[in-house]
Amino acid sequence: MKAIITVLGKDKVGIIAKTCVYLADKDVNVLEISQTIVEGYFNMIMIVDITNTTCELSELACGLEKLGEEIGVIIKFQREEIFESMHRI
Amino acid sequence: MITISEARQTTAMIEEENLDVRTITMGINILDCADPDEKRFCEKIYDKITTKAKNLVKVGEDISREFGVPVVNKRISITPVAIAAAACKTSNYVQIAKTLDNAAKEVGVNFIGGFSALVHKGMTGADRMLIDSVPEALSVTERVCSSINLASTRSGINMDAVAKIGEIIRETAFLTRDRDSLGCAKLVVFCNAVEDNPFMAGAFHGVGETDCAINVGISGPGVIKRALESVYEEDFETLCETIKRTAFKITRVGQLVAKEAASRLGVPFGIIDLSLAPTPAVGDSVAEIFQMMGLEHAGAPGTTAALAMLNDNVKKGGIMASSYVGGLSGAFIPVSEDHGMIEAVEAGALTLEKLEAMTCVCSVGLDMIAIPGDTSPDTISGIIADEMAIGMINNKTTAVRLIPVYGKKVGETVTFGGLLGYAPIMPVNQFSCEDFIRRGGRIPAPVHSFKN
Repeated sequence: MKAIITVLGKDKVGIIAKTCVYLADKDVNVLEISQTIVEGYFNMIMIVDITNTTCELSELACGLEKLGEEIGVIIKFQREEIFESMHRI
Repeated sequence: MITISEARQTTAMIEEENLDVRTITMGINILDCADPDEKRFCEKIYDKITTKAKNLVKVGEDISREFGVPVVNKRISITPVAIAAAACKTSNYVQIAKTLDNAAKEVGVNFIGGFSALVHKGMTGADRMLIDSVPEALSVTERVCSSINLASTRSGINMDAVAKIGEIIRETAFLTRDRDSLGCAKLVVFCNAVEDNPFMAGAFHGVGETDCAINVGISGPGVIKRALESVYEEDFETLCETIKRTAFKITRVGQLVAKEAASRLGVPFGIIDLSLAPTPAVGDSVAEIFQMMGLEHAGAPGTTAALAMLNDNVKKGGIMASSYVGGLSGAFIPVSEDHGMIEAVEAGALTLEKLEAMTCVCSVGLDMIAIPGDTSPDTISGIIADEMAIGMINNKTTAVRLIPVYGKKVGETVTFGGLLGYAPIMPVNQFSCEDFIRRGGRIPAPVHSFKN
């Protein structure tokens, strides 16, 4: 089972590090990262594997949202199915 | 594997273009609660509704969090009360409405629909009692919605009921005068009402349905509008293709949410309603889609054609994206709930008569239209009769939700708040239809050949 995590906000030190530490702690494996910085704004999309996480998914989504608030960026968690259903027949 | 650009497109639809799932509505059959004792009946429906829908709100919120798409409303529809409560020995159904209101509050849904009667051919004693109870029921409850089916293609128009409902609407407006006649926003009348509609105020759980089902209403006028921005200069072929492709994507989200909700609640998936439902938010308006198609305002010449095209292509795109399509499935054109429509009325571009013409090509009729509080019951019935005739002859669902705002006149504005929005009071044709409405009886079912 996969999910997509998007991170958006003003660039600063440790965004990826803190996000990844949080994910590792929840047994979420990072599969792919695409990251750009446009005019000081950090924009990242991660594709992650959530098969082995012991965490409830809605809890994971809330935790990431809270982490985003602490760092000062917007972090959004979405299960992959929403993208699959929209873009694949 | 999903590409990064596809992921970005989906995120933009949700974040910037107001893509959401408008409602997850649980339909619940309450026929098995029938009881001659009203108190017992109320206990049974309260227990059934609060048991079946116990987790509805939580599941809706969990899905919303996990998939990152807002699920705006969680609602309940029930078997029309006039059928389920027919055996009750009572003098009115107000207590039943209060019970429904309490059940809705207990499970946390914002509306419960089904304080309804189907009287397209005739009225039973229970139907009459329900209709008589509507004004008080809507004034003493918060979340109960009422709908009355007055006509159908197969049986014609029940003009006795049409005449009566004009008075009921005025009385409801009077009893809720301290809230700008808000009661009327929770009352809708239909021709060819559907049994699996997830949208309020007209949702009820039809007698041909299963015991409990999940029906989902999609949304997304903002997404369609944004998609059309990129093809502003193109021809109709490109325009239609863009609408279809976008409607497909929107509907797939609805289908995903519906299947997930149904499986988590252990209830069969009913239908997806392919209606484009606007909200008063800027960028979430059907009228703005018309502007993006090239009309200065909704109501300008060409609006009916634009709406027909929009409605048809949303269906063409949506039908392929869902395993079961149902409900109303047509672009909604409520006035107070769509800021582009409000602007069009204020600019003088959109009139009641043009709205009536537009309802010939889309669901769901004259919706959320504020009219002067002194509009006579006969005139209200006349407007309803016209709309019923459009539905009956064209074999489609039409509806009327008019709000004769007590004490207000043309030029004033009324604010309902939230999703119900605000509206300028629209002028109504002043010529009388009193003698026509007073005739009584039924308008017979139409012939289905010689279509012209």
